Amino acid sequence: MYNLAESLRSALQAIRAHKLRSFLTTLGIIIAVAAVIAVVSLIQGFSHSVTNTFANLGSNVLTISSNETDEDFFSGKIVKVTPADLQAIQHEVTGISHISPRLILARFGSGAVLSGSQTAYAGIYGITSRYEGNASFYPVMGRLISPSDDLGHRRVVVIGQTLITDLNLPKDAVGEYLQMYGQWFKVVGVLKKLGNIGGQDQDDRVYIPYGTAHSLLGAATVPDIEIQVTVNNPGQVPAVTGRITQVLRRMHHIKPGQEDDFVVQTPEQTLGTFNQVLNAITLIFGGIVGISLLVGGIGIMNIMLVSVTERTQEIGILKSLGARRRDILLQFLIEAVILSLLGGVLGLILGFGVGSLIAHAIPEFLGAYVPWWAVLLAFGFAATVGVVFGIAPAAKAAALDPIEALRHEA
Amino acid sequence: MSDAPLLELRQVSKRYVMGDNILDALKDVNLKIAHNEYVAFIGPSGSGKSTLMNIVGCLDRPTGGEYILNGTPVAQLDDNALAHIRNREIGFIFQNFNLLGRANALHNVMQPLIYRGIALGERRRLASQALQNVGLGERLHHLPNQLSGGQRQRVAIARALVGKPSILLADEPTGNLDSSTSKDVMAMFDTLYRDGHTIIVVTHDPNIAEHCQRVIHIMDGRIVSDKLNGKRREARAGV
Repeated sequence: MYNLAESLRSALQAIRAHKLRSFLTTLGIIIAVAAVIAVVSLIQGFSHSVTNTFANLGSNVLTISSNETDEDFFSGKIVKVTPADLQAIQHEVTGISHISPRLILARFGSGAVLSGSQTAYAGIYGITSRYEGNASFYPVMGRLISPSDDLGHRRVVVIGQTLITDLNLPKDAVGEYLQMYGQWFKVVGVLKKLGNIGGQDQDDRVYIPYGTAHSLLGAATVPDIEIQVTVNNPGQVPAVTGRITQVLRRMHHIKPGQEDDFVVQTPEQTLGTFNQVLNAITLIFGGIVGISLLVGGIGIMNIMLVSVTERTQEIGILKSLGARRRDILLQFLIEAVILSLLGGVLGLILGFGVGSLIAHAIPEFLGAYVPWWAVLLAFGFAATVGVVFGIAPAAKAAALDPIEALRHEA
Repeated sequence: MSDAPLLELRQVSKRYVMGDNILDALKDVNLKIAHNEYVAFIGPSGSGKSTLMNIVGCLDRPTGGEYILNGTPVAQLDDNALAHIRNREIGFIFQNFNLLGRANALHNVMQPLIYRGIALGERRRLASQALQNVGLGERLHHLPNQLSGGQRQRVAIARALVGKPSILLADEPTGNLDSSTSKDVMAMFDTLYRDGHTIIVVTHDPNIAEHCQRVIHIMDGRIVSDKLNGKRREARAGV
């Protein structure tokens, strides 16, 4: 029976005997683990802040929008979700408490909004009074779109706060006039500030009445709309999704076996897609940084090989005292693993520090976040590197011939 | 003490083949050593005495012949089995002491007990006792480079003795010591012999061999003479 504690003590002794060298040996691992942890903590911190934002959206709100398939693209078919679809859903699908369209006139920052000599570029959307957006969709000043705004095709607008700064509007912008598509719109409300999600400003948006938006397009044009559906009971979401799909497939004349030309998404699904992308990015970055772990491992192997040569006589002495191959193997292996684990600990601290510093430098960030699996992964990697790259030097030490080793001059 | 010899070599040979060169370091060596003998292997360098010591000490295997140690044939055992036997049966003392430089005297003496699986507290007790027996009870926590040559060799002797081996195997034990320290170390061996230990000393120095009860001359890989030392025999008979 070999005494594990004893080989641990002896490994620590050997590491202490060459403090600077041990530190330099493990520097590769320190940097590699620090880089992994810094990258993962930033990406995960980012993901955390996005998840928190999405949590504001109810899990029972479905969004239906058009989705052009490859087949549609090649056949030149124009894919739309139309007001007729909305009516069909409203009449045929039960279990819905709210349904409202959103007409996208300009996505993101593509619609010109003018005030005096200033121009801002914003997303321009037509909505009804029934539009719920998300839980943070409410005015801090003025009001939202009313049913009569919609019916009367009134030229009124509810704006996000970015517009106030971009257009040099007074803080209480209600009552101001803005120009869009050559028409004047009166500001009736200012929305609560949402901030930034993934570098995407959420406040550079303006909302006008749905009817007004439709007439801007030209009353003869059939618009492509988004439909927002609130399901009574979150448990009914799959069933309602299924019925909506049935109705729309019939409305769009989609034959069995053909793909849908629309998507029905819950906020959770959107978040899921987002997280998939983020996880892929994490993996790619982690993989790239993981290569540096390999380099760190080679550094450890190199120094351990030097150490075995230097300590040949010591190995001979141990063998003369009755150390078996595996006693020697274990001692050198433990030394390599301790070196890389020390690197892992130092790298973890350094990486979290760097991640937090970067997170502080970016104001919209919630802060760096290190998930437990990343810590385990870093340690697991460091230990694996120690074993993988420690085994060759340790085997070399274990295989030494005792007589040759004893004769070796240090 | 049983009648069976402690160790017996039958027709033991050791041949080194290096390319076309063949070197017979040992040729058909026959040797019996009983319990509580005090034996010198003497011969010039290159005579084969070191090869013989390595085989007797289970550091090396013969290429021919049989070696029976304490009733066990050990000539063809594998590395791990030999390590086990070295740990139990052999106490080595080397010319250059061969202490572990980073470990203090106590840990040096504790080291062979680790491979026996003896618990820490017991190891510590046995090792400090062994160091006390060689007069180093006050220097348990000194590192080898803080000790004189004679003290280092005494640590090595304590380390060789701590496991109560069957044979003490000393390779030129006074080779790196001045004459007065050499006398002390040889006096210690003499005492150990009188206490019942079996000691084999490998040396080229006739003055050292003088201490032994039996002197075996080795030349060109053969035992050329195997004599009882008259003076010693009387001394022993007087005990």
